[in-house]
Amino acid sequence: MNKSDYKNIFVFVEQRDGEIQPVGLELLGKANELAKELNEKVVAMFLGHNIKNQCQTLVEYGADQVICADCPELKDYLTEQYSQAIYQIVQEYKPSILLFGATTIGRDLGPRLSARLTTGLTADCTKLEISEEKELMMTRPAFGGNLMATIMCTEHRPQMSTVRPGVMQKMDRDASRKGEIIDFHPTFDTSKFKVKLIKKVKAVKDKMDITEAKVLVSGGRGVGSTEGFKTLKKLADTMGAEVASSRSMVDAGIMPHDVQVGQTGKTVRPNLYFAIGISGAIQHLAGMEESDLIIAINKDKFAPIFGVSDLGIVGDCHKIVPLLTERLQKEIQEK
Amino acid sequence: MNIVVCIKQVPDTTEIKIDPVKGTLIRDGVPSIMNPDDKGGLEVALQLKDKFGAHVTVITMGLPMAEAILREALAMGADRAILLTDRKLAGADTLATSNAIAGLLRTLDYDLVITGRQAIDGDTAQVGPQIAEHLGLPQVSYVAGVEYDGKNTLTIRKEDEDAYQILEVELPAVLTVLAPAFKPRYMTVSGIINAYDTHEIEIWGADKIDVDEKKLGLNGSPTRVKKSFTKPQKVAGEVYEVTPEEAVGLIVSKLKEKFII
Repeated sequence: MNKSDYKNIFVFVEQRDGEIQPVGLELLGKANELAKELNEKVVAMFLGHNIKNQCQTLVEYGADQVICADCPELKDYLTEQYSQAIYQIVQEYKPSILLFGATTIGRDLGPRLSARLTTGLTADCTKLEISEEKELMMTRPAFGGNLMATIMCTEHRPQMSTVRPGVMQKMDRDASRKGEIIDFHPTFDTSKFKVKLIKKVKAVKDKMDITEAKVLVSGGRGVGSTEGFKTLKKLADTMGAEVASSRSMVDAGIMPHDVQVGQTGKTVRPNLYFAIGISGAIQHLAGMEESDLIIAINKDKFAPIFGVSDLGIVGDCHKIVPLLTERLQKEIQEK
Repeated sequence: MNIVVCIKQVPDTTEIKIDPVKGTLIRDGVPSIMNPDDKGGLEVALQLKDKFGAHVTVITMGLPMAEAILREALAMGADRAILLTDRKLAGADTLATSNAIAGLLRTLDYDLVITGRQAIDGDTAQVGPQIAEHLGLPQVSYVAGVEYDGKNTLTIRKEDEDAYQILEVELPAVLTVLAPAFKPRYMTVSGIINAYDTHEIEIWGADKIDVDEKKLGLNGSPTRVKKSFTKPQKVAGEVYEVTPEEAVGLIVSKLKEKFII
């Protein structure tokens, strides 16, 4: 293998029932940052059936090229069909980096391909960087999150990684971005197709599980009442967020148990966690301190929540929350 | 039917603590257990054995102490146990590990190979699919239900983010199994006696498996751990005592700085 033959960052952009999955766009955003450092291109691999009309969307989110394989065999994800198609793309275009979302699809497809390509794969990365030697540095948690490890794959190409959804930042959509769209026609060895999809079942969800929410507006004793939580709900709605609660409000019968954050509730790590009127008992902190950004509002300036918050406001949440809601509505409208 | 279940001995990560001074993992006194997803996989094999009759072989790669989980598997009802242990296998990443295990499997008869979805120490979920690729077998991962037609086809319930899929797979195949779906049985007294009296644990070296030695251990590993570290303790951010209007201004600029709005 000659390393210099391998160039450009390839992103596998997942679709399900023709719908582009957000993690694919997040990866295009990250790939763009990495590509600048390497002076290389970002290439989206987009596989499915009757999906061609969506290629321009991927360009607008950061792809310089889209390699689109649009055929009935690729309508639904199946390991072997997708592996054959991507293997052929890699053989033809020789990417230096190959990124997947760490979803049930990416974590099924990634290892299968790494073995077929005889290269390394780093799972569930939370950080990707380029080293001085222009190699990919992949950082991931291990031992149940107790340890972080930075892993490299310097002697094999492509350098492969699956990346956790919700960790990377997608770019702002830019309708003026131009990119090249390439039709790719894989040739299939159908004798290897040994798995058949019989049916897909989607759960009907009336509300989102708080562990899946990107933004949580969480209230505690300082919110105090059902009325108080209604104002939190308004704030949450402006941001497409979900409402969560500390234990005290669940014990008081004000909020249901399935939205309780903490040791005896759920562990969450959203992109943004509003802790409103929550003092921050250690059991609560255990359930939310991994959140990327924590903004706390509390009357008591000695509340332990301020020990883990990125921004702390000492004040009355009953006054601040309605004002904040109003301001955010305005900001979002203007955008 | 011949079923081979791949199991791994892992530290119970729920018991691991961090040394607050050195910032390193404290492994002393942490119990070693059979990886939970693998135990679920063994349960799948034993259920098939109960219903259809099957010969169940458990295999593991690791240090000699990994014999403990093989004894446990025999006591639960497995028929044969092989421990692959060799210095040549040390330092293996997932690809080298899967090459070693595939090399072992090539020497065995199997209709079905079962692994856990992932091990709780590494959480990579890679070795199962990589074994399948090396052996040219179909794979189904995230398995939460298995039905067998008694002939050549398994009907699988595979969990995904939306809910689940029903898939049919032709044997021979590789399944990677989710622990919560298969509550493992307890060891029985006769099983425990059998595990120690009747059964031998077979200890194999790398010379007994069917694979190119260059693909094993550190030399066969394309990835290298550059560094490892415990997560830095979080530093508290700024705290402001301001008017509600000013507070709103601070929050909005923070959200903009972090690209949330």
